[in-house]
Amino acid sequence: MSDRLKLRSEESPQGAVVGDGRAKRILQAIVSANTVTVTVLAFVLSVVVGGILMILSDQTLLHEWGYVTSVPGDAFRDSWHKVADGYVAMFHGAIYDPKAPQALRPIENTVVNATPLVFAGLAVAVPFRAGLFNIGGQSQLIIGAVGATWVGFTFSLPMPLHVLLAIIVGMLCGAFVGGLTGLLKTRFGAHEVITSIMLNNIALGVLAWLISTKAFHDTHRQDAISKPVKDSALLPHIHGSSPEVNLSTLLAILAVAAVWWLLSRSTLGFRLRAVGSNPDAANTAGISVARTQVYAMLIAGALMGLVAVTQVSGTLSASHAMTNTLDNGIGFTGITVALLGRGKPVGVALAALLFGALNAGGRVMEAATQPTVPHDVVTVLQAVIVIFVAAPLLVKEIFRLRDVRRGGSGPAPSVAPAATVDSAVEPVT
Amino acid sequence: MAVATIATPAVLAAPETDVRRRSAGLTQIVLGVVALFAFGLGSRTAHGASTTFGLTLISKQGTKVPDWVFPARPVIVALALVCVLIGAARLAVQLPRGWRLAGTSVVLFCFTFAFMAWSAADPKGGERLIIPSLLNSMVVAAVPLVLGALGGVVGERSGVVNVAIEGQLLFGGFMTALVGSTTHNLFIGVIAGTLAGALMGLLLAVLAIRYLIEQVVLGVVLNLLALGVTGFLYKSLMQTNQSSYNSVSQFDSFRIPGLASIWVVGPVLFDQPLIIYVTVFLVVLVHLGLFRTRWGLRTRAVGEHPAAADTVGVKVLRLRYRNVMLGGAFAGLGGAWLVGNVGNFTEAMTNGKGFIALAAVIFGRWSPFGALAAAGLFGFTAALADQTSSLQLPIPSDLLSTLPYVATLFAVAGLIGRVRAPAADGKPYIKG
Repeated sequence: MSDRLKLRSEESPQGAVVGDGRAKRILQAIVSANTVTVTVLAFVLSVVVGGILMILSDQTLLHEWGYVTSVPGDAFRDSWHKVADGYVAMFHGAIYDPKAPQALRPIENTVVNATPLVFAGLAVAVPFRAGLFNIGGQSQLIIGAVGATWVGFTFSLPMPLHVLLAIIVGMLCGAFVGGLTGLLKTRFGAHEVITSIMLNNIALGVLAWLISTKAFHDTHRQDAISKPVKDSALLPHIHGSSPEVNLSTLLAILAVAAVWWLLSRSTLGFRLRAVGSNPDAANTAGISVARTQVYAMLIAGALMGLVAVTQVSGTLSASHAMTNTLDNGIGFTGITVALLGRGKPVGVALAALLFGALNAGGRVMEAATQPTVPHDVVTVLQAVIVIFVAAPLLVKEIFRLRDVRRGGSGPAPSVAPAATVDSAVEPVT
Repeated sequence: MAVATIATPAVLAAPETDVRRRSAGLTQIVLGVVALFAFGLGSRTAHGASTTFGLTLISKQGTKVPDWVFPARPVIVALALVCVLIGAARLAVQLPRGWRLAGTSVVLFCFTFAFMAWSAADPKGGERLIIPSLLNSMVVAAVPLVLGALGGVVGERSGVVNVAIEGQLLFGGFMTALVGSTTHNLFIGVIAGTLAGALMGLLLAVLAIRYLIEQVVLGVVLNLLALGVTGFLYKSLMQTNQSSYNSVSQFDSFRIPGLASIWVVGPVLFDQPLIIYVTVFLVVLVHLGLFRTRWGLRTRAVGEHPAAADTVGVKVLRLRYRNVMLGGAFAGLGGAWLVGNVGNFTEAMTNGKGFIALAAVIFGRWSPFGALAAAGLFGFTAALADQTSSLQLPIPSDLLSTLPYVATLFAVAGLIGRVRAPAADGKPYIKG
């Protein structure tokens, strides 16, 4: 044994640092381009880009940068203040605000904003695994909302039943549109991107029309808004007072677990992944590609239906009714959430939390800054994060990171024998 | 021409399946029956109502043409019967491909004409549909779609999917407004808009070709980026200071003498801003370029089989960079049109036009003239919905506004069916 130890210290050029091997391994894991590091650095880069945009948008600052060579202090100091104020306000809105009366309020805000994005992200992630691109979230959401709202204001049922019915009908309506896209693709060979885009626009028109009809329009109001859903169809609160965390957050956690089970444990999930990775091979193996893709779109539509329920019966809309801007771009944000989460359920949930925090913080920032930093900077941040996350090579080049190694330790291939010796020693010591 | 034959799907030559024949024939009969009962025998055409089509474009100078008036009911009923007959013929016998195509075209024409005749029918003769203004509205709506789709075609033919057309239109429009306002020169603005589109194209190319991001997703994200950046700068710069940052002059019409005085269509086609002629010229140019020049052959080769193209010495990546940037420039010009047409930029003003252009790329089977036709169809239905909305039809205007999308959906699912993209479309090329 002592021979082996000797061998190690002789052969390993890094012998001196064997004692703090774990710390070194952690450090190496951080500086190599693994998922977490790339995501964090992508976030940092997006913050930088957002900061530049904030400076560019301020005319006083632009003027100061005009004479930066003669008086550099002004431009740098004021730019720093502008950017720092913006991001601090965003932090206060999303994570923690020392001055706020309720300490948990910003976090609640974040969770409430993240909840619909979890469903929307999953609604893109599931078809993506089956080789389909779900760009039709908007239409699935809108039609889902039509169903859920109609149930919500038409029926009079006791509280748990009514909510349940609204949720189920919303999911079914969403699934109908999703399934339609799937059918159009598998039955008629119509490209799902085209049909989805057309269905999105058709759904918008149908929504605008429905809101103006006698059956849907709220007669007490002049503007384009539907009747509000009854109190018994509202999602019950779980925590908090004004932006309450409600049942939909629990449903989101359930949905993450269910999609995880579906994709990695169920037969259908296996089929989905098989079709997504190689449709020809899947077909040869006896999996019906068409049916599997339709199932994937049905599931996606049902998930977007859940977004619809949170939009109508949830916390974010004060009116609990349908308006023309009901979808709020969530169908498209879902695509970026799914990408940031790398198509994995837990990843999607984390990505949704990040985007939810940005959305919640962005709104507070817009109100708190003077001159106003528009909320749109959040859209830029989200897009830039996703671009960098999707291009790990780019992040690696910017920060000069090393490639990920399978072993995690051992600085160069030539030391590989030393690593084997290491592992041989370990059980004894 | 070997590559051109590969590009023609073999499916087209095959005889029609029974399922398809039956569904096509039934659809045509249903269209005829709808036209018969809803349009021809409905209350709008009762009491000897007559249809009035205006034939003079009021806003432009040109020869004055008297209105075209005809009795509504007999004409619509006749058109509806034509639809039913053609559908019945399709059901009954196996027709050759040329006949099928001609039949479908006639049915679509008859149905559309019946709808138009019905919409402008009025017992008192007061309602009218002005045909040249319908066509003008179609041309105006189609230009950004054609340019965007042309950008998509050039990129996708060389193997890079361009879902970012929307973002390129938007950013091109934004820069046109910004630069055009600060320089007080719309022409410089248009150049800036075109370059901005090319810049967005470059960003797409670098991220897709060098950093290998999945291209469809990348496009969606770039759209989001363009939406965020332009929305942010619009709110913080333009909104508070419209006069200095966001006001350009509108495009002037450029009248082609002689041609512009052609009956009905002259003022629509030959008395328009210069960009419209440029657009048509570009469509022809790209078509000739793609199918008649070395650049086109190489582009198609790179889009179908990059490894083979590489073997014979074509610089695959360089060609893709160039084509995607060129495509971005086309889309940027489309954005410039949107701004120069109204004189300023508004937030998210593209409003999904880039996605329609994307649909036109696929719908037009990745060819310039196909894209032109698809954009034209879309522009026409949009114009029809727009122009008939003032005629107090029993159809709610919100539903009528979905007409172009419904028409495209049916066209894609029913008429076009499975399309074949360039084989290497969306697949990054990594030199082995």
